[in-house]
Amino acid sequence: MSATLTSMTLAEASQQLQARALSAVELTRAHLDAMASHRSLNAFITETPELALERAAEADARRAQDAALGPLDGIPIAIKDLFCTEGVLTTAASHILDGFRPPYESTVTAKLKAQGAVMLGKTNLDEFAMGSSNITSYYGPVKNPWGPVDGKDLVPGGSSGGSAAAVAAGLCLAATGTDTGGSIRQPASFCGIVGIKPTYGRCSRWGIVAFASSLDQAGAMARSVRDAAMLLQGMVGHDPRDSTSAPVPVPDFAAALGQDIRGLKIGIPREYRIEGMAAEIDALWRQGCAWLEDAGATTVEISLPHTRHALPTYYIIAPAEASSNLARYDGVRFGLRVPGASLDEMYQNTRGEGFGAEVRRRILIGTYVLSAGYYDAYYLKAQKVRTLIANDFREAFRSVDAVLTPTAPSDAFAIGERLDDPIMMYLNDVFTVPTSLAGLPGISVPGGLSGRGLPLGLQVIGRPFDEEAVLRIAAVIERCAGFSGRPRG
Amino acid sequence: MSLDPETVRTIAALARLRVAADQLGHLGEELSAIIGFVEQLQGVDTADVAPMTSVIDLLLPERVDAVTDGNCREGVLANAPERIDCFYAVPKVVE
Repeated sequence: MSATLTSMTLAEASQQLQARALSAVELTRAHLDAMASHRSLNAFITETPELALERAAEADARRAQDAALGPLDGIPIAIKDLFCTEGVLTTAASHILDGFRPPYESTVTAKLKAQGAVMLGKTNLDEFAMGSSNITSYYGPVKNPWGPVDGKDLVPGGSSGGSAAAVAAGLCLAATGTDTGGSIRQPASFCGIVGIKPTYGRCSRWGIVAFASSLDQAGAMARSVRDAAMLLQGMVGHDPRDSTSAPVPVPDFAAALGQDIRGLKIGIPREYRIEGMAAEIDALWRQGCAWLEDAGATTVEISLPHTRHALPTYYIIAPAEASSNLARYDGVRFGLRVPGASLDEMYQNTRGEGFGAEVRRRILIGTYVLSAGYYDAYYLKAQKVRTLIANDFREAFRSVDAVLTPTAPSDAFAIGERLDDPIMMYLNDVFTVPTSLAGLPGISVPGGLSGRGLPLGLQVIGRPFDEEAVLRIAAVIERCAGFSGRPRG
Repeated sequence: MSLDPETVRTIAALARLRVAADQLGHLGEELSAIIGFVEQLQGVDTADVAPMTSVIDLLLPERVDAVTDGNCREGVLANAPERIDCFYAVPKVVE
């Protein structure tokens, strides 16, 4: 019974709760048990079992009085440990936030809580969401539940690696993630789940630990497109406390799923067929085109000419914003403090000890590109190229309704690989970063398995605020792929 | 462009990051590789291109200049590594 409870979809669980065939407490217990028996994955930094059971009992009480709050009432989910949660340890996977219990709740998690969702715990991530492998976490790497392969544990991708691993292993029905350059989509691809990053401005960033504010966006990770749509629905909406939150109407995402895609034009960007692309990635991409054609869409080759400049642009803008955002960690108001003889020494000691190697690199790069004499050459230049990249998409969307690409250039790699060269690691995000720079909605949906039997995702990119098209196309891929792969657990 | 240990020391000081002297060289090499990678943007023609200021077409919203929050001093101070009464305590900055 317990295994069934942790392998059903969020949509199925929601129906069973509504039909009272199942209680939220039973459902939550089953997931807490699964978390306890999968601690070796290191998917969670903090588990909150008491809080979860309390909220589940409240959900059951509401249901008994016919006062359920909606489809998410009583649904156990995991929260990436980048969302501030009132009174619950929030670490961003960094030593520098030691012991930080926020006195407030992020807008996104407050919305989910208000709809009755049951938080099971806070998931592991790359430190401050900076990474593509989850190995930069102060709390240790997360293992991909699809591993090990050839005796080696695999990364779950990153930065939302704990969320992806928890969803894939059945430790929660869905999870929140955040995506700055691919941090929802790439781990979704590596773990064989669905991950959607909505349009910049869809979700409030208030109360999410900031990495690169012009790129950061929250999103949903789940085992089906419908589940991702349902969780996303609960996360979005205008928030006056975030000035970049968009005051635009929110559609019914799940309603878009039933609609067919006949007549839609799907762009296939020729610049994404990068040199040295793995044959199996190329084959999956072609298969994805064929599925969409079979479903009545037409695929057309398009050009996004500035694609190859996206990664260097990102690796100026993201560190620049990070160096500014992370200036607040100084040992004065919260988190770690390492003493020093003067205030300045205390700052330096705290930050020197509190940040890990990748975060330190990015703060230094960001400080450098923003410093006097280099600002125009690097930062301003990157902001101009970013305009060109966004214009490429705007131009393409005059003639196509969505864009199809692979999500990542490879399947999951082993923990410990690709560590020596930061730039090699950055290449993981080659297909996801342009979407982030342009602020567009993107989803990764499992398309098939690699030669090694590991999941591979396809990415659908849409027009601004057109998550409906993205979800609808992803649902077609999901149906055609018939991906039912589950990790051996 | 390569970052020598002295430049790394200067950036680290600007960023208020303590970096051990024996790490400056290695860190300089890592940072130089990243700067070398992003350097390729210099070849992109951006004449007459405006730098991006907002990724979505929205005007910055305005609101009435009024207090919307407050009276949560204990909550705010609860995470202080060190406090005296209702203040954050830090090493002495004025003699």
